[in-house]
Amino acid sequence: MAVLNWEVIWQYLPLYQEAAILTVRLGTAGIALAILIGLICAIVQYFKVPVLRHVVAVYIEISRNTPLLVQLFFLFYGLPKIGIPTNATVCGIAGLAFLGGSYMAEAFRSGLEAIPAIQTESALSLGLSQAQTMRYVILPQAAAVSMPAFMANVIFLLKETSVFSAISLMDLMFTAKDLIGLYYKTTECLFLLVVFYLLILLPVSLLGSLLERRLRHAGFGS
Amino acid sequence: MPDLGLNVLLQGKNMARLLGGLWVALRISLIAVVISIPLGILLGILMAGKNPVIKAILRVYLEFIRIMPQMVLLFLGFFGTTRAFGWDLSAEFAAIIVFTLWGTAEMSDLVRGAIISIPKHQYESSQALGLSKRQTYLYVILPQATRRLIPLSINLITRMIKTTSLVLMIGVVEVLKVAQQIIEANRMVSPNAAFGIYLTVFVLYFLACWPISLLARHLEKKWR
Repeated sequence: MAVLNWEVIWQYLPLYQEAAILTVRLGTAGIALAILIGLICAIVQYFKVPVLRHVVAVYIEISRNTPLLVQLFFLFYGLPKIGIPTNATVCGIAGLAFLGGSYMAEAFRSGLEAIPAIQTESALSLGLSQAQTMRYVILPQAAAVSMPAFMANVIFLLKETSVFSAISLMDLMFTAKDLIGLYYKTTECLFLLVVFYLLILLPVSLLGSLLERRLRHAGFGS
Repeated sequence: MPDLGLNVLLQGKNMARLLGGLWVALRISLIAVVISIPLGILLGILMAGKNPVIKAILRVYLEFIRIMPQMVLLFLGFFGTTRAFGWDLSAEFAAIIVFTLWGTAEMSDLVRGAIISIPKHQYESSQALGLSKRQTYLYVILPQATRRLIPLSINLITRMIKTTSLVLMIGVVEVLKVAQQIIEANRMVSPNAAFGIYLTVFVLYFLACWPISLLARHLEKKWR
């Protein structure tokens, strides 16, 4: 097995750092939008808003049953052909938000639905207003139930950013592919790739399990 | 209205080629699914067990595979191992190995979760009723765990189908690659074909995954 050439690694390090920053930046933007879309969709579905809930249902089915790569290809190469100009950054963020929105919506909705109706009824009968019930009774419990799925989605979406390399965004994956093609230092490039993804994803994963443990207090009786 | 590529698709064997490309992607995921489900069940049972050494080893395997983007795993499998060990893998074979490893990890985690989710009193009650360890698992634990497991594993199958679209990046000629080829070949005749053809690929993937998702949801509701 080839031994790592540390000189090459030091030489490539700055390139990877830049790419990692881009990965994190695009990932954060996409995930923030995905959370927003997810919240809106979950609220629409929870309150059963007429008409809109069907739109949301169709959106969730489409987004969950197609791969991000295909979505991005369509957005990036397809849309300009009917006169909608796009650029890679916008496409990447939009694609991630489109994909992530449905996953987040499902996470939030399952949290809201897991709270039994008796909680709302008891809160109302204790004299809490509709808004107070939501704020002090439903949301804290729902958040605790949603947390594992939510963190899993964040990690999933961060991982999906690797697909951005297909539409020539210079993220970690693209940098690695590019450098392998240029200089043939495959082992070093892949080593750096793994290390940088671990640096990005491990803290998020650890934070996830920490939050899960912290919020478990809401799980009464289980 | 400008031609958006649907004419191109209907010419010659283009549609058949596109479907052939989809089959290449589906075949990889199906082979990986068939191997990784039994393996995942086995590892999942081991992980729910008590042997600390086995649990630690499996934990490292699982965490590594699950935290790496699948694209990175594909690159490691296809470029990394061939370079490091000097063997010669076809891209398709490398993809099958990688997706099997990944599918096994995901499946074993689902199995472990399903087994752990069975409350302790189920074990204790069966013991109190005089069931042996084997009988407890066979008649009490496994039937309940299976019910929780099946919808989740069907969801895993759709995830694996979706993820196989990534094999494009290591040079397997699958549906997206065929789409690119068709678009390139007809660049002069139909410059706007990219819209229609990528839309078709989009729809094809949706048609492949949607029925499976519906089945999973149906089972989930039925067995709740």
